[in-house]
Amino acid sequence: MTELVLTNARLIDPEAGTETLGTLTIRDGKIETITGGRTDAPGSVDCGGKYLAPGIVDLGVKVCEPGERHKESFRSAGRAAAAGGVTTMVTRADTLPAIDTPETLEFVTRRAAQDSLVRIAPMAALTKERAGREMVEIGFLLDAGAVAFSDGDAVTTDTKVLSRAFTYARSLGALVIAHPQEPGLSKGAAVTSGKFASLRGLPAVSPMAERMGLDRDIALVEMTGVRYHADQITTRRALPALERAKANGFDITAGTSIHHLTLNQLDVGDYRTFFKIKPPLRSETDRLAVVEAVASGVIDTISSFHTPQDEESKRLPFEEAASGAVGLETFLPAAMRLYHADLLSLPQIFRAISLNPAKRLGLPCGQLAAGAPADLVLFDPDAPFVLDRFRLRSKSKNTPFDGHRMEGKVLRTWVGGVEVFGGEE
Amino acid sequence: MTFRARHLLGIEPLHPVEITTLLDLADDYVGLNRAAVKHSDALAGLTQINMFFENSTRTQASFELAGKRLGADVMNMSMQASSIKKGETLIDTALTLNAMHPDLLVVRHPHSGAVDLLAQKVNCAVLNAGDGRHEHPTQALLDALTIRRAKGRLHRLTIAICGDIAHSRVARSNILLLGKMENRVRLVGPPTLIPAGAEDWGVEVYGDMAEGLKDCDVVMMLRLQKERMDGGFIPSEREYFHRFGLDAAKLAHAKDDAIVMHPGPMNRGVEIDGTIADDINRSVIQEQVEMGVAVRMAAMDLLALNLREARANG
Repeated sequence: MTELVLTNARLIDPEAGTETLGTLTIRDGKIETITGGRTDAPGSVDCGGKYLAPGIVDLGVKVCEPGERHKESFRSAGRAAAAGGVTTMVTRADTLPAIDTPETLEFVTRRAAQDSLVRIAPMAALTKERAGREMVEIGFLLDAGAVAFSDGDAVTTDTKVLSRAFTYARSLGALVIAHPQEPGLSKGAAVTSGKFASLRGLPAVSPMAERMGLDRDIALVEMTGVRYHADQITTRRALPALERAKANGFDITAGTSIHHLTLNQLDVGDYRTFFKIKPPLRSETDRLAVVEAVASGVIDTISSFHTPQDEESKRLPFEEAASGAVGLETFLPAAMRLYHADLLSLPQIFRAISLNPAKRLGLPCGQLAAGAPADLVLFDPDAPFVLDRFRLRSKSKNTPFDGHRMEGKVLRTWVGGVEVFGGEE
Repeated sequence: MTFRARHLLGIEPLHPVEITTLLDLADDYVGLNRAAVKHSDALAGLTQINMFFENSTRTQASFELAGKRLGADVMNMSMQASSIKKGETLIDTALTLNAMHPDLLVVRHPHSGAVDLLAQKVNCAVLNAGDGRHEHPTQALLDALTIRRAKGRLHRLTIAICGDIAHSRVARSNILLLGKMENRVRLVGPPTLIPAGAEDWGVEVYGDMAEGLKDCDVVMMLRLQKERMDGGFIPSEREYFHRFGLDAAKLAHAKDDAIVMHPGPMNRGVEIDGTIADDINRSVIQEQVEMGVAVRMAAMDLLALNLREARANG
């Protein structure tokens, strides 16, 4: 494979926490060398002083294959990911049917290989049909390439089933990803409880339900020793429990969503269903506490939780409308809001969106180091634009950022040294 | 123009001046409704459709009568029976109706925000006749008119709203309206029926009837909405009546001339003692029903004026 030289780029190294002007060479799909300064060698690509970072590893993308290809396919999701600087989509198992057998998982990997522009790392369900009654064939699914096991937002209420699944997963070293939420308390809820929810008359859940779910899971982690990742921590009150569990040396990490870091419950306004996500948007106090937890490293990863929904499932009264928002293409510009607000530095952001998810899943990508896959994104954090949802590449257009003024554009994306996105138009 | 709204979706977007304008006009209509010939041509030639996605006898009858007395062509549609069962979405229903060129659409729906959603899709004036636990603006307006006529003013009164606040759209609209008109509002009820964050609404919250009713000018009781409860909010109806049901002993804590209100339908012996409800010296529950027709006439009259003006201006 031919060599590619990217020069005059601000290199973001999330591992070292640095941004330096330099040159990066690629050979055979891998990063070969990283050097300071610039080169005028013929054939080298001048990055114009823009930022080059390891491509985003998005933990928890819903591609609606199998089952709901009209909402999102591997082709459309792959194009959206490439345009958003996402080089690995860690796909969710909450499809129709759920990805709970090696055969379904193989279907997914085959479809992705045919159609997706970017890499996929598939997750499998933890229990059959995500029903919380019987564990899946964790061993076979690991062999088939499952990187983690998660029932998504379907919380297993039967603690005995869950403890057995955790124990079994532990014996195989499998990573379990759970959705910390007390299901009885959050049943039927559409928003977070408080003054706003009560005035709007919407069914609401206390933020405490997340902390209760997390507390239970931590106890099970202590009991079984499983490798555990909480998919979304979104409330202030869950953070001390998480911090304590980490201090106690449990194998536990946690993520959050870019929407919870950049939006709050008041954005729902007059029943705008594009802001209905799961867990629901929180108070501003919670949002700032979670941003702080990302900065301090208590929360390890940020994901888009890309969840495509068609117009029909969103054009309903708020309580009846489907949850979820697309996020692949708005992930980076939304993250730049945190950078421009001086809440997180660029290396901190890429630590949470590239390095940490890759590390936790045991993937070789996510870093700017010799020998790592050349999965890269070149972007301009300051380029302004107004988001028009109908220009999104996703089949579904359910973004909360429609009409928002944003800053941060992806200029080029490479996967394994191959350019998969080359800018607008 | 002191009433600018295009729709009446809630009390929240209304200005105090708009509320006063509407109540003043409603006062005139009370006179009309008591006259021998109860008819006006204010809505002549206009079509009013009452679309009820949730059971209602009283509110629907009140809107129907209000429309007919103003000369509108009124049609009632009970939506539970028809398209919902066939799986039609709310927006499709709205578009279908819109094609029939109604001028006034009166909507009740079990989900909060559903009436707002519908209003975005039609070209006529929409009146919210109650959406989920969100708002019921004409109820708050008729309560306001009842209070104003009984007390001679609608400001600087102490008003206790008691009972099932959590499930009540009537309570939300009343809290907003009475707050806008600068009254002192108290919420009284068991903590399980007080919505989260209520203490941030600019009201005082009480868990005891004696304290909550002390020196009140108005005692507004709410219906215990058993049909909206999906879990144990109260231990039993008899304990609820004992602690929160309005009887003579509890009412004695309010001012001597305090009036008693209830939006109906009442659960006698659950939230209110029958003798209090029937006491013509204290209870204004029948007046509330009468004011309901007048307030709805005023609301539709004002919205129709704005609609005609908007149409004349293209």
